Amino acid sequence: MNRRKIRQLLGINLLRVCLAITTLFLILFIYRILSRGLGVLSWSFLTQAPRSGMTAGGIFPAILGTFWLTLISIAVAFPLGGMTAIWLNNYGKPHWLVRIIRVAINTLAGVPSIIYGLFGMALFVNLLQFDVSILSGALTLAVLALPMIINAAEEALRSVPADFRDASLALGATTRQTIMKIQIPAALPNVLTGTIISIGRVAGETAPIMFTAATFYTRRLPNSLMDEVMALPYHIYALMTEGTKAEQQVPIAYGTAVVLLVLVLGISAGAIHFRYKIRKKRKW
Amino acid sequence: MNTFKEKLFKALTYTASLFVIIFLFGIIFSIFREGIPIFRHVSPGKFLLGTAWYPTMAEPEFGTGALIIASLAVTAGALLIGVPLGVGSAIYIAEVASPRLRELAKPVIELLAGIPSVIYGLFGMAFLAPAVRQWLGLQTGLNAFTSSIILGIMVIPIIASMSEDALSSVPKSLRESSLALGATRWETITKVALPAARRGIIGSILLGFGRAVGETMVVLMVAGGAARIPHSLFEPVRPMTSAIAAEMGETVVGDMHYSALFAIGIVLFLVTFVTNIVTEAVFLKWRSA
Repeated sequence: MNRRKIRQLLGINLLRVCLAITTLFLILFIYRILSRGLGVLSWSFLTQAPRSGMTAGGIFPAILGTFWLTLISIAVAFPLGGMTAIWLNNYGKPHWLVRIIRVAINTLAGVPSIIYGLFGMALFVNLLQFDVSILSGALTLAVLALPMIINAAEEALRSVPADFRDASLALGATTRQTIMKIQIPAALPNVLTGTIISIGRVAGETAPIMFTAATFYTRRLPNSLMDEVMALPYHIYALMTEGTKAEQQVPIAYGTAVVLLVLVLGISAGAIHFRYKIRKKRKW
Repeated sequence: MNTFKEKLFKALTYTASLFVIIFLFGIIFSIFREGIPIFRHVSPGKFLLGTAWYPTMAEPEFGTGALIIASLAVTAGALLIGVPLGVGSAIYIAEVASPRLRELAKPVIELLAGIPSVIYGLFGMAFLAPAVRQWLGLQTGLNAFTSSIILGIMVIPIIASMSEDALSSVPKSLRESSLALGATRWETITKVALPAARRGIIGSILLGFGRAVGETMVVLMVAGGAARIPHSLFEPVRPMTSAIAAEMGETVVGDMHYSALFAIGIVLFLVTFVTNIVTEAVFLKWRSA
């Protein structure tokens, strides 16, 4: 074997080691969470409220809180994001405005989530006096989700062939009709998968809701937008850092982590699988 | 009637598009509005370079030097782990792996990149920190070292995913020419594929940097929280994000401490903003190249 071959052998094995270490780390991580958390899960864990100062009982209020926060934030961000993508893809004039909007999207996408938390606290909680509530938290999360949804929707719209649009316009349809009847139906599955992936992200965010919506413990379930709520990611954090009964709280934190992990990964995996299927089936 | 609908539709989408700008300015405006007042009590120089962070004392001091150093140290540690492993894995997946492994690896990486950071924090706090404390005989496992490892593991999928994209967008013909000229596979990787994908890979590292520097939950749970300049990697630290998250609850709206935390937010925002602009610049050239 000459030196070049030896170098190749070493080099490629080095890459293999990198991938192996990465895989090992991630398997250890996921195994640890699942092995500690799965045992905690039970029907009552999912459907009951915490008891005895967070050392027993379930996490139902946190599941419900995460559900409402995510649902409302996506309900706000989806129409805004979708319309922005439509404008960027179909109208997009003047050019300088498009450029500013793109810079804004990219900047928003890179802003650390704790800064969204500061923003939400300054604007929704203090200035608009929504207080620490589902509304404040959901609006904060909506701003965070917006760039993700715009990017997903725009990519989906752009992947619709220009022929479709040209053919529709040539037949005398207006721009709006072309968008509503041709482009949106063709792009919708991809828009939805992109949106679903951002749902997964939003559901797992902790820092933005820390000061805007989340509370460690409330006795009652939320019954209005102005209530503060428990939420799965915040619940994990709070169990680990507050309270004094670590032996009882840590297992509950692991159990909560499994629920959150399954929720987030399940949602995203479904979306990714769905997208893969669309791509295979698509004839254009 | 028809033209009215057309115009209305266009106006609606146009208005919606303005919201990203409004939100961005809203964020900038709100952190500056709440953060600037602290500079009436502390000069910006002292705020950035001072190392005494005693926000709750009778004579409070607001020097964020130790917090900034903590952020940088933890981020550097994370990249030291995340970059070789992330880029290395990406090269293997893009250049060496069988098509089947590639088809499997791609979505798995994408999934892993979406795991909520609080779960990484839980793993660090409940598993890695006690383990590190035992192995190394430390007083506490909640320190810069442990949080670097966790952050490193967290940014691997982010870096790997984008590096892989960059590598797979290098035209096949380049590799084939290189192989046809008698280069080995390794030479093709290091001398053809990597240089061609260079900008994309640098972009992925910058993205990893932005993610690590702005990450809150992991450092809040794992870094230990001591607001002083560490003498070694194995001491507890308090990065900027964790100071904001941990201390906001103790403040009263509008007081000096509250304002100081927003001012840390300004610093953090500027760091990520500049990173973003650099990334954009790198990318524009990558795409046009």
